[in-house]
Amino acid sequence: MTTATTTEAALAVRATGVHRSFDGREVLSGIDLTLHQGEFLALLGRSGSGKSTLLRAMAGLDPDFTGELLVPERRSVVFQDHRLQPWKRVLDNVVLGLPRAGAKEAGLNALAEVGLTERARDWPITLSGGEAQRAALARALVRDPALLLLDEPFGALDALTRLKMHALLRELCRKHRPAVLLVTHDVDEAIALADRVIVLTDGRLGPSHEVGVGELRGVLLKELGVVEAG
Amino acid sequence: MATTVTAPPVPKSPPDSPVLIDAATLSRPNRTWVPLPRWLRRLAGPALVVAVWQLLGATGNINPRVLATPAQVAQAAWELAKDGELASNLLASLQRVGSGLLIGVGLGVLLAVLAGLFRLGEELIDSTMQVVRALPVLGLLPLVIIWFGVGEEPKIALVAFAAACPVYINTYAGIRGVDNRLVESGRVVGLNRLGLIRHVILPGAVPGFLVGLRFALTSAWLVIIVAEQLNATSGIGYLMNQAQAWYRTDIIVLGLLIYGVLGLLADSLVRLLERRLLVWRRGFNGA
Repeated sequence: MTTATTTEAALAVRATGVHRSFDGREVLSGIDLTLHQGEFLALLGRSGSGKSTLLRAMAGLDPDFTGELLVPERRSVVFQDHRLQPWKRVLDNVVLGLPRAGAKEAGLNALAEVGLTERARDWPITLSGGEAQRAALARALVRDPALLLLDEPFGALDALTRLKMHALLRELCRKHRPAVLLVTHDVDEAIALADRVIVLTDGRLGPSHEVGVGELRGVLLKELGVVEAG
Repeated sequence: MATTVTAPPVPKSPPDSPVLIDAATLSRPNRTWVPLPRWLRRLAGPALVVAVWQLLGATGNINPRVLATPAQVAQAAWELAKDGELASNLLASLQRVGSGLLIGVGLGVLLAVLAGLFRLGEELIDSTMQVVRALPVLGLLPLVIIWFGVGEEPKIALVAFAAACPVYINTYAGIRGVDNRLVESGRVVGLNRLGLIRHVILPGAVPGFLVGLRFALTSAWLVIIVAEQLNATSGIGYLMNQAQAWYRTDIIVLGLLIYGVLGLLADSLVRLLERRLLVWRRGFNGA
């Protein structure tokens, strides 16, 4: 099921019949999905539903899926844990992998955007959970990604920090307009951030929901099987 | 407000109210028994031993052929230092240990990197090294003498061998122990193989390498002591061996002390290196 709202924007992801099995157990059973530039899609699923598997395939971390999966060259990932290299200062982490010319300036700009300018010279171990995740966000954005992949990026944060991060992420996405795929099991987070929400159950995608229409929360909880249908 | 029953303005404590104590006293350390700095108090033990040892020796309770007194050791040190014999032998020992370590540590790191990064390297090197490490270093002495003769080479070779094994084992474990999540994180920011090795894998193996280095220094001293006593014409071990022929227990004790001090110095060197290389662990922002 595709939406008609963003057909004019450039295509950022096209998945056709993506399958993935682990030791004979099928985790993704034929995923068809399109995502356009500037669109924010939340993929909701329980643990084990295959949502992280799909994200890892898009990130280029999984060589063993089958089917067709087209993704842009410039893409970034933010994981649930910050995954900063502990032996590199914050700024060096942000610009890791960038061509040297202009990297430092771009890195400082990205850190300024997430409000971490003053921690640029610090070691990751000294950052709080929220700060580390903001640094990871800066590392993702400094690459100017056409596709931003978020694997439960706020799952390990406390409630107040998570709300702050939601606001920051919304603002940054409005500014940079990447295609965003957010993987989460949090219905409220999905509604708060995304334009479109799809539930992934047993390796299959459900219908696509535009956020902002009516009883979406109840419908999503029903599709997740948290609330009884009826 | 009108309906509330007035309570007594100051509630009396019930008869079984608990006794309250100041929480600050609970976590305060016990007072020390003498108001001296800790390092000075720690020095008191060894100082006492030396004092008793000197006392027993000076009153004739210890035969100087069995053990010289601290004063005699100091005297021997002074005499050997005066005619330059101490310095030249110390230098000989240091040179051997230095070159042996340089070769051994370099070889250990090289093999660990090859085995840690390449499948073929692992298959060829790791099993071999696991066998080699089981060999007692000093058992190689006769073979090394046949190979290299009686000059400097056999001693340096033994030290190198003793140093290479622990450096290899720990660096290899360090490389293999690098968190795969960090490797993935490096891959998604676009690092190629070389970049991953340089920015993720090798920095991650540094803590293991330093553990290996510390073991290497310890075994290097152990090996050089024995090697110099069996087969040498210079070095601290040689000095001690010569002293044995003349029952000069003062020089033997002096030699032991020098080895001890050198071991301590080597250890502080590694500590210094750890502080420089592993700042990121403590987050100290000294740059």
